[in-house]
Amino acid sequence: MITTTYREAIRAAIREALTKDARVFLMGEDVGRYGGAYGVSKGLLAEFGPDRIRDTPLSESTFVGAGIGAALGGMRPIVEVMTVNFSLLALDQIVNNAATIRHMSGGQFSIPLVIRMATGAGRQLAAQHAHSLEGWYAHVPGIRVVAPATLDDARGMLWTALEDPDPVLIFEHQTLYNMEGQLANNAQAVDLDRAAVRRPGKDVSLITYGGTLGKTLQAAETLAGEGIDAEVIDLRTLRPLDMPTIAASVKKTRRAVIVDEGWRSGSLSAEISARLVEQHFYDLDAPIARVCSAEVPIPYPKHLEDAAIPQPPAIIAAARETMGRRG
Amino acid sequence: MTDAKVRLKPDTTSETNTASDRIAPSDRSVRLQPDEHRTRLLHEMIRIRRFEEKCAELYSAGKIRGFLHLYIGEEAVAVGSMQALSPQDAIVATYREHGHALARGISMNALMAEMYGKHEGCSRGRGGSMHVFDAKTRFYGGNAIVGGGLPLAVGLALADALQHRPHVTACYFGDGAVAEGEFHESLNLAALWKLPVLFLCENNLYAMGTHIERAQSQTDLKAKAQSYLIAAETVDGMDVMAVEVATRRATERIRRGEGPMFIEFRTYRFRAHSMFDAELYRDKSEVEVWKARDPIATFSATLTSGGQASDVLVSAIEDTVTEEVAEAVAFAEAGTWEPVEDLLHDVYTPAREAHTAPAVEVK
Repeated sequence: MITTTYREAIRAAIREALTKDARVFLMGEDVGRYGGAYGVSKGLLAEFGPDRIRDTPLSESTFVGAGIGAALGGMRPIVEVMTVNFSLLALDQIVNNAATIRHMSGGQFSIPLVIRMATGAGRQLAAQHAHSLEGWYAHVPGIRVVAPATLDDARGMLWTALEDPDPVLIFEHQTLYNMEGQLANNAQAVDLDRAAVRRPGKDVSLITYGGTLGKTLQAAETLAGEGIDAEVIDLRTLRPLDMPTIAASVKKTRRAVIVDEGWRSGSLSAEISARLVEQHFYDLDAPIARVCSAEVPIPYPKHLEDAAIPQPPAIIAAARETMGRRG
Repeated sequence: MTDAKVRLKPDTTSETNTASDRIAPSDRSVRLQPDEHRTRLLHEMIRIRRFEEKCAELYSAGKIRGFLHLYIGEEAVAVGSMQALSPQDAIVATYREHGHALARGISMNALMAEMYGKHEGCSRGRGGSMHVFDAKTRFYGGNAIVGGGLPLAVGLALADALQHRPHVTACYFGDGAVAEGEFHESLNLAALWKLPVLFLCENNLYAMGTHIERAQSQTDLKAKAQSYLIAAETVDGMDVMAVEVATRRATERIRRGEGPMFIEFRTYRFRAHSMFDAELYRDKSEVEVWKARDPIATFSATLTSGGQASDVLVSAIEDTVTEEVAEAVAFAEAGTWEPVEDLLHDVYTPAREAHTAPAVEVK
């Protein structure tokens, strides 16, 4: 085992991909000389050179679109977009081209493109650098959306995403980059299909992903002290949703709390909730609960930012309520 | 007459498109006598014109639905410019791309079937008029978001450059796209990275119904390209030979590794923007002025008056094209509808391919 960070795990994955496959290159704003806005690609320019670590001008739509074109032309691009808020400038290319070209061409062209971006709040970056819009992307057919929440996934999802013949969007929660932990020396590629049970339990299913996994596990420990044995599901892949794993958990616990840093209205949590009600209504012993971000642009001051996004006390309270306990 | 007909008849014998036969015009023209080459240009333009006239008719008959954007009046641009492209070059076009598709060598049968939405269409019916794709001829759409194709072209050219392939990516777009941010971002990036992109601006004066004077502070479009240090020129888009000559010059320059190039073709669309357009924004007299410069009529007149083609030859071309269009309609009519059970096909690639690294050593 080695001690590493989420940031270093992603860097190791990029380095491995660049080493293994000559078609892979990394492109984005400040990925080269600067080393990446979040320091992920630090050192890669010196190691792989400017052809493969490409600094781009600030033109999200065009460098994402160029990634699509390069994928069409036989390359395996990794495009880094600094944050999900900036990716809105490339929404046209992602939604109108990356997600549709295979379909519009009648299956003649696939787009083997990986787009990585930071998402989420927690670092006082205010309302244009801290939103969680991955749920929007998960709305769109034609792309795959994943959210690594652990070191293993940070290390292992990239290669599998590069193997995918279709576009894969990787959402890296910005509070995770410094997360430190143990990783196997021979950490491998991981699947992008299945949700993971991060903590088994029998009383209530806490369903989450990305930046809120840690908070949810923390809540589960507190609940355990109160005699509530919570199961924690890490979605890992937001599109397509692994409903069998979610359903198996809910069938066992008969209660579900969905924790999602997106806004509640029209969110991924709403989708999961609806599917559970549609397909597993009679397995439920209590109404489904949701812990989401408050319906407000993420505020700058720490106390307001903290109040705007899911926190362990709210998760604990929601779980208690589904168990019929108050307070 | 009979001989001319035999010689002029395009290869419609098989559904696999005739790319190898049709899309090597630059190679073929070397072997052809000049007259023969010019006659073929005329033939190609007439094919596009008659195909689209038939499409308009079929639209009224309810056979073709959705949006239909006709290229009539602009044929010289697609036909002339395609002469300079090799089969390995890539094409990115717009939603007004029937002319480019035909000039590139996508079979008229497959194109007409696509107009119908039939499974035998070049995009298997999923795209329709605005989304023509063809892997065999490296035809990457058919893009109906104005300006959306330019970043794709930059990326295709980047892929060629990184793989040391001497290809050009030809990117067609209209004057409307010049107002989009993606135009500026793409020209900047292509110039910055010296990528082999040929930006071909079809300036037909109108972004849908908005005249260029009402949309652009600088109406000299090549000046915008030049501001990114891209070599640029303006060419008469109603003159097929002028288009060909300028495009050859540009592709040669790009193949020498001198970076992207921009050509503005001054052209005009004779028909409405789409089939829903009442044309309230322009005077009929303006259209008539441009129609006097019809690229087919003027070129045909030049050839016949110069003795390079006879009226008999021109009418033989018309006969051949009439036959080809009729065959294409018959082919589309006989085509099949994709079964509804296949609705979800081609959203994702069926089996994830094994990710085998190529034999290229990583430096």
